[in-house]
Amino acid sequence: MRIPCPNCGDRDSREFHYRGSAELFHRPAGDAGQPAFVEYVYFRDNPAGRHRDLWLHETGCRSWIVVERDTATHEILSTALAADVARGAQ
Amino acid sequence: MRYSAWEVFRHGLTGNGGWKPVWRDPAPKPRYDVVIIGGGGHGLATAYYLARVHGIRNVAVLERSYIGGGNTGRNTTIVRSNYMLEGNMSFYSHSLRLWEGLEQELNYNVMFSQRGLVVLGHSDGQVEMLARRGTMSIMAGDDGELWSREECRRQMPYLNYDDPRFPIYGALMHRRGGTARHDAVVWGYARAADRLGVDIIQNCEVQGFRIENGKMVGVETSRGYIGAGKVGMTVAGRSGQVAAMAGFRLPIESQVLQAFVTEGLKPILPTVVAFGMGHFYISQSDKGGLVFGGDLDGYNSYAQRGNLPMMEHVAEAGMALMPMIGKAKMLRSWGGINDMTMDGSPIIDRSPVENFFVNCGWCYGGFKAIPGSGNVFAHLMATGNHHKAADKLLLNRFETGRLLDETGNGPSPNLH
Repeated sequence: MRIPCPNCGDRDSREFHYRGSAELFHRPAGDAGQPAFVEYVYFRDNPAGRHRDLWLHETGCRSWIVVERDTATHEILSTALAADVARGAQ
Repeated sequence: MRYSAWEVFRHGLTGNGGWKPVWRDPAPKPRYDVVIIGGGGHGLATAYYLARVHGIRNVAVLERSYIGGGNTGRNTTIVRSNYMLEGNMSFYSHSLRLWEGLEQELNYNVMFSQRGLVVLGHSDGQVEMLARRGTMSIMAGDDGELWSREECRRQMPYLNYDDPRFPIYGALMHRRGGTARHDAVVWGYARAADRLGVDIIQNCEVQGFRIENGKMVGVETSRGYIGAGKVGMTVAGRSGQVAAMAGFRLPIESQVLQAFVTEGLKPILPTVVAFGMGHFYISQSDKGGLVFGGDLDGYNSYAQRGNLPMMEHVAEAGMALMPMIGKAKMLRSWGGINDMTMDGSPIIDRSPVENFFVNCGWCYGGFKAIPGSGNVFAHLMATGNHHKAADKLLLNRFETGRLLDETGNGPSPNLH
């Protein structure tokens, strides 16, 4: 599996560290209460198909990258720098 | 027909033409007392114990493909009970005891072989941890035997003792651990459940639920609507999707785990061996193939196949531990979709929907759990109470903080 890093181009997946779903971007506000944080920390949509993952390009540019991927086929649909995605979300 | 040496002899004399299919292929009835989703080991075992122990015989097991075609057919068939946390220890201990009586109970040869499982230690600290683990197993009623480096060398001369990075300092032998024949476990439970009246319905995919006032009343399937008093879910890697149809989420990510088998060889490996440093474990099947596996690929996947980096990593670990296997040819590899929970331990519980029960989160340890899981899940569905061997495998532990995190890695499913 090769992952197109927005900075470095197509790279071997071994250069990346996987963190999990990009749902992790949506951290609740500090006063959101315990149930919201339990959902945030532990519960996942876990879809078969289109999924947005967080990968760290650990042995490359060390950027966090949002990878849109099909979990049923391993096809990579798009990638973007997590920093850009986070800025866009604000 | 009851299987016996006499039956084998008798059919042998008559050209083996008299063997009959051992479970029916019924059309679904409009309604069942209990519907189990998923015809793998866990689902069939649940149906069997519902009928056998609790007398609930109006039961259907719905399987979208063929029985045993999912993770039950995609593992390394290892059976063990060497956990360290209360909650897991009681459960796996219960499961191992059921394994020990399984063939007599089912009248079916599941080729359960208690050949022993050896976990290696590669430093003083690791050997001390193994001593602790063994002691805890003994206290839980299981077994453990600490082997010195010399004893290891005597018993397993083919290992690499002086690898500069991972020298072998000792090992923990779990005598009652071993392997079983995966298909036979499925077929044995299917046959026994069918004989008690359970309907095993293959090629029947659950596509939705009928829920009225928060209460499960039936399932929509590819073969029509089926009403149900209670519904249980035993679908391993697909748990998240089935739960989504019922309107809730689980603390689970589905990830792929690969395993491999070599060509058939003469008997060279009498036990199961687990490398204590790299994630690598190996045994030899009765057919002669070396069956081995490693770690998860480490990302969400439903593809039932992994990628080459993990294959290379597993091969490297195998060569570091057991250089002789370098001469063997890898014949096949496969990937299973593992329902990885956020703490690495399973969930057997009620769900937010009344009369809907969940049995999931087996991570990469589902095979050895089959008898225990079916037994305690049937107990929960029949009586409404948790079996005492599984009263800590609760869905709300993520909220209450009573996590069962054996490795202490926190909510990162790919590290468990």
